[in-house]
Amino acid sequence: MELVCPAGNLPALKAAVDNGANAVYIGFRDDTNARHFAGLNFAPNKMVEGIRYARGKGVRVFIALNTYPRPDGFGRFEQAVDKAAELGVDALIAADIGVLDYASRTHPALNLHLSVQGSATNYEALRFYHEHFGIRRAVLPRVLSISQVKHVIDQSPVDIEVFAFGSLCVMVEGRCILSSYATGRSPNTYGACSPASHVEWIETDAGLDTRLGGVLIQRHPKGENVGYPTLCKGTFNTDGQIDHAIEDPVSLNAMELLPEMKAAGVKAVKIEGRQRSPVYVAQVTKIWREALDSFERNPSSFAPKPEWTAALGKVSEGAQTTLGPYHRPWQ
Amino acid sequence: MNNPQPPIAAAQSGHRPRLSLGPITYYWPKEQVDAFYAMVAEAPVDIVYLGETICSKRNQVRHEDWLAIAERLTEHGKEVVLSTLTLLEAESELKRLRTICEQTQFMVEANDMGAVHLLASRPFAIGPSVNCYNDRTLGVLAKQGLKRWALPVELTRETLEQMQRAKPADVETEVMAYGRLPLAYSARCFTARHKHLPKDDCRDVCMEYPDGLVVNTQDDQQFLVLNGIQTQSAHTVNLLAELPAMRALGVDILRISPQSQQMDQVIELFHQALSDAVDPAEASSQLNALMPVGPCDGYWHGEAGMVATVA
Repeated sequence: MELVCPAGNLPALKAAVDNGANAVYIGFRDDTNARHFAGLNFAPNKMVEGIRYARGKGVRVFIALNTYPRPDGFGRFEQAVDKAAELGVDALIAADIGVLDYASRTHPALNLHLSVQGSATNYEALRFYHEHFGIRRAVLPRVLSISQVKHVIDQSPVDIEVFAFGSLCVMVEGRCILSSYATGRSPNTYGACSPASHVEWIETDAGLDTRLGGVLIQRHPKGENVGYPTLCKGTFNTDGQIDHAIEDPVSLNAMELLPEMKAAGVKAVKIEGRQRSPVYVAQVTKIWREALDSFERNPSSFAPKPEWTAALGKVSEGAQTTLGPYHRPWQ
Repeated sequence: MNNPQPPIAAAQSGHRPRLSLGPITYYWPKEQVDAFYAMVAEAPVDIVYLGETICSKRNQVRHEDWLAIAERLTEHGKEVVLSTLTLLEAESELKRLRTICEQTQFMVEANDMGAVHLLASRPFAIGPSVNCYNDRTLGVLAKQGLKRWALPVELTRETLEQMQRAKPADVETEVMAYGRLPLAYSARCFTARHKHLPKDDCRDVCMEYPDGLVVNTQDDQQFLVLNGIQTQSAHTVNLLAELPAMRALGVDILRISPQSQQMDQVIELFHQALSDAVDPAEASSQLNALMPVGPCDGYWHGEAGMVATVA
């Protein structure tokens, strides 16, 4: 199985390459990708440098172009597709049907992956993208159980990549607009969930309130660990019950499922986190490389080493990890 | 844009959009569903979308029942469209989807690209959960047989205008003009989770909430609604006051999304505004009193969706 790692900038890309990634995924420095944050992503010259560095070490580079352009922004996406083709990237990861159509017609040799933002959770949807645009791989939304993943793979015309580690979207990617409901900006339109420009931290007598677009998302007692306020992990009052009404602030770690993923036919495991630091990327990539190598050497007796799990737990959001949708009780 | 703008084909004075009723998004007992559509049969709506779009475990109304309702509504002069499930995970769900897509009596509204694939080369519609954010996407789908598309609810009036200028001429445009906004879908059932029940053994708890379960912020702002695996807005979008703008943009259909109470009055107010019997702004303010919580219309104006620009 291929290890696909995030790179929000050149140092992170080098960290991923040096620590054992088989592929890295990157984005342009604008709203054409789903990690559109200030100071993040690649100017074209840095992309050239990054691709040269990765290629020199036998690592593939994918470019994510996975938001949804409106008509007046479509030209920029065409230019981005052209640029990716010119750079000779190993794959373009896209979600929008118009963008996939343009890419497949204009650059027939360009390898296309369907982004997780394309929301394809079943093989009939994958057949659509394969027949029309010749996609060769798809990234599945983080909503399927491992047996459902296997079923999709059994019928899928394309290779399947799944998320294995990192922040966990509890909603189907590409079909969640909670962020724009509160802020006007969503992953689909703007490339970011809970944009920092709309986050407020307000000290109160009781502690700290976090608001998104003015909406109270979290109320932290003094001294409590404060996480980034994404709506789906906020604390709300539902029928008098004050809790994480949608999802606990946990993140995904599916390492113990590596044998099941392999048996299901998963071609690549993806690490989330282009917004994270090069140090994070180095640490997580290194551990996952060790785990994958250990698994390949001895598949029948694989188990995550406690020190891997502990180290990954430390860098996880909420410092707690879950098997998420892959595991039955979650559903 | 520097290019001279093409005219919007359908836009003309006197252009009268039709009125549609979206699928019921909540889980109601069969008697309530039957009573609802008995009311709808006599109500001034032109198009009715039927079917379960949220959760495949909801089985009060089965495929044959939906077809029977569809036939009754057709007899009452309604155009009926069968809506499909939004999040497809299990083979059993694909099987049901195929049953819907293989019948040819009624047009089908695809709510997932899997359905679009199954409907290839037949006339079909797409619902607001199919991401159609630009005219290029519309063009690709039109070649597959797309007859009608729904504006994704987070898009603005300005984007709609761009779409209307560039879209294929024979594809109709539908805008969700009233109802709680569909905001997100998950594999998890949040209603069951709230009741500390596993999804596998949910005991149909969502039936206790005929308009969904309201989620409040800790400072008591009514914010979201949990509806099984779907999350909706607590506030109801209301774009009736924008009827003159929609006429000018050549919008073909205004969609109302069902709520459990006072639906007949909501439909009547839309009908009166559409037939020029009442001023749209006046009808719009009367609608606000019929909502479970209150109005919002921010997306249309390019703001956060929860914003209400018209009080």
